[in-house]
Amino acid sequence: MELVEAIILSVLAASTPLLIAATGELVTERSGVLNLGVEGMMIVGAACGFGGAWLTGSIFIGALSGIIAGTLMSLIFALMALGLAVNQVATGLALTILGIGLSGLIGAGFVGERLTPAAQLHIPGLTDVPLIGRVLFGQDAFVYFSIALIIGVWWFLYRTRAGLILRACGDNHVSAHALGYPVLRIRTLAVMFGGACAGLAGAYLPLAYTPFFIPGMTAGRGWIALALVVFASWRPGRLVIGAYLFGAVTILQLHAQGWGVGIPSQFMSALPYLATVVVLVLLSRARTGGSTAPAALGTAFVPDR
Amino acid sequence: MQLVLEKRTERSNTIALVSPLIAIGLTIVTMTILFAILGKNPLLALHAYFIAPLTDGYSLQEIAVKATPLVMIAIGLALCYLANAWNIGAEGQFLIGAVAGSWIAVKTQGTDAGAWVLPAMLVLAAAAGALYALIPAICKVKFGASEILTSLMLVYVADLLLDYLVRGPWRDPNGFNFPTTAEFDPVATVPLLIEGGRLHLGSIIALLVVAAAAILLGRTIKGFEIRVVGAAPRAARFGGFNANQLVILTFAVSGALAGLAGIIEVAGPVGHLQPGISPGYGFTAIIVAFLGRLNPLGILIAGLFLALTFIGGEQAQIAMKIPLDVTKVFQGILLFYVLACDSLILYRFKLVLANRQVTRGAG
Repeated sequence: MELVEAIILSVLAASTPLLIAATGELVTERSGVLNLGVEGMMIVGAACGFGGAWLTGSIFIGALSGIIAGTLMSLIFALMALGLAVNQVATGLALTILGIGLSGLIGAGFVGERLTPAAQLHIPGLTDVPLIGRVLFGQDAFVYFSIALIIGVWWFLYRTRAGLILRACGDNHVSAHALGYPVLRIRTLAVMFGGACAGLAGAYLPLAYTPFFIPGMTAGRGWIALALVVFASWRPGRLVIGAYLFGAVTILQLHAQGWGVGIPSQFMSALPYLATVVVLVLLSRARTGGSTAPAALGTAFVPDR
Repeated sequence: MQLVLEKRTERSNTIALVSPLIAIGLTIVTMTILFAILGKNPLLALHAYFIAPLTDGYSLQEIAVKATPLVMIAIGLALCYLANAWNIGAEGQFLIGAVAGSWIAVKTQGTDAGAWVLPAMLVLAAAAGALYALIPAICKVKFGASEILTSLMLVYVADLLLDYLVRGPWRDPNGFNFPTTAEFDPVATVPLLIEGGRLHLGSIIALLVVAAAAILLGRTIKGFEIRVVGAAPRAARFGGFNANQLVILTFAVSGALAGLAGIIEVAGPVGHLQPGISPGYGFTAIIVAFLGRLNPLGILIAGLFLALTFIGGEQAQIAMKIPLDVTKVFQGILLFYVLACDSLILYRFKLVLANRQVTRGAG
């Protein structure tokens, strides 16, 4: 029983950064922009998040620093891909390369330092219920926030007029423009939201997951978040399932290593990455009769005036 | 008042020529500011980065050595990108090539294997790199899976495989438990061009690759197909070109080149297989490909320039304690400026004042 609880808890912790980052990217992509720089925005968010928390002693300030850092990074992307109509794939890659370098510079002073990780909720009575108590009532603020975030995004996309307009920009920017919607402004906001989420997801790693900063600590999570958006067919509900599934794969391989399964640890560590490839193949294959991707995804828009 | 983009009626050839230079200029200005923020004397730092490595023979050779893998990988990537196939996983193909070639080196270690060893290593590495690159290519063509994500995921897998091999079955028994294979035998080593120097045969191979790519793209039907499929997919369909086949072909070629670069690096400057054989060559090569305008000769020049930043970065770290990460920041910023300047080939800025419009040509 305790083992099951421990596994569920660690799956939640491992899934949360994926869920937050992927939620942001989902909104960005629904507006028609493919930002491949998630990994770069995340790692800068991790460095700034740790820095903010370490300097002030406040996890909240740390999370805020991560959000601001991610947003600033995404603004560089918006300037390039939206302002200058540069190829989005190349710009996203540039953002990741820049982010990895920047995070190394910013984080150099913090390597080896430790933080008190984010506090976990404790409601006497409820939290102590066996098995589900800690899972439901014993998490840190990030976990609850990630759930609220995805519900909020679902509501925004499907239940508000603004969400409808955002989706319109992603499906046909020419029509959206003809109807008088400021396509580039809407996309910029969507990119900034994606950046803020990526920054927060990055900050989660040193603030709650492991209480220290190591260069490259995002370890490809930004890229997995991108794959998750494809996995979810750009739908918030499936994104939740995907994020927890991937979190589970990550954790299971860790536990399998702990149980001394006779497989070299490196092969187990490769599992989440291999799983991503397999899932992408299976899903793309299953999707017969037209793609569910936003129709204008990744295409530049320069309004005719 | 607002600055907006406007499509040019025809592409600007002037900007196409000078845009990499403008980009490098802007990058240097940005770096000057960054050095000042880091509290380093910008002039000294720029000197350490860009001038000092050019002043002694050893560094010059080292630049050529570093440029070798960059140019080889970037040539392959350029073919992919021209055909609108996004191979981001060259780093993984590089590592798999290194692993596959090393297999022969490790298995023949201490035997009296003859001169066939090195050629066999090169061939096997290229084949392995090509096969590894075919995974994302086939996933894309057969199933429509994003090659960007699959090729990138395979980088992590290749990295872990290499890590497993040098910590497990291939570890040097006399290596004090360090995760490395034993030093390769002389027959499994890429020969040096100058006795006691650093320059090795790989640089010659890289030059041959550049020449071959220039001929392929400029003088053959295949090269023409690649460029048309990327630039005008609709026209290519009417022309009866098979875009899927070109995705497979360009991925295989770029994988082979990355794999070849991998084994040349391991059997050349490094001399044994170990983790961390690549300071991100596969990713830096993406910058090289774009800075070189996806043109073989341009890539050669761009590769030498980025190699200079690697060497300059090391010298700046030793001489002025400037962190190595500055090199990565530099490379990222450079790619941004290159892409931004390229945008001006097709577009120009226009200043929109309330109602009147004032056109301002951008260079």
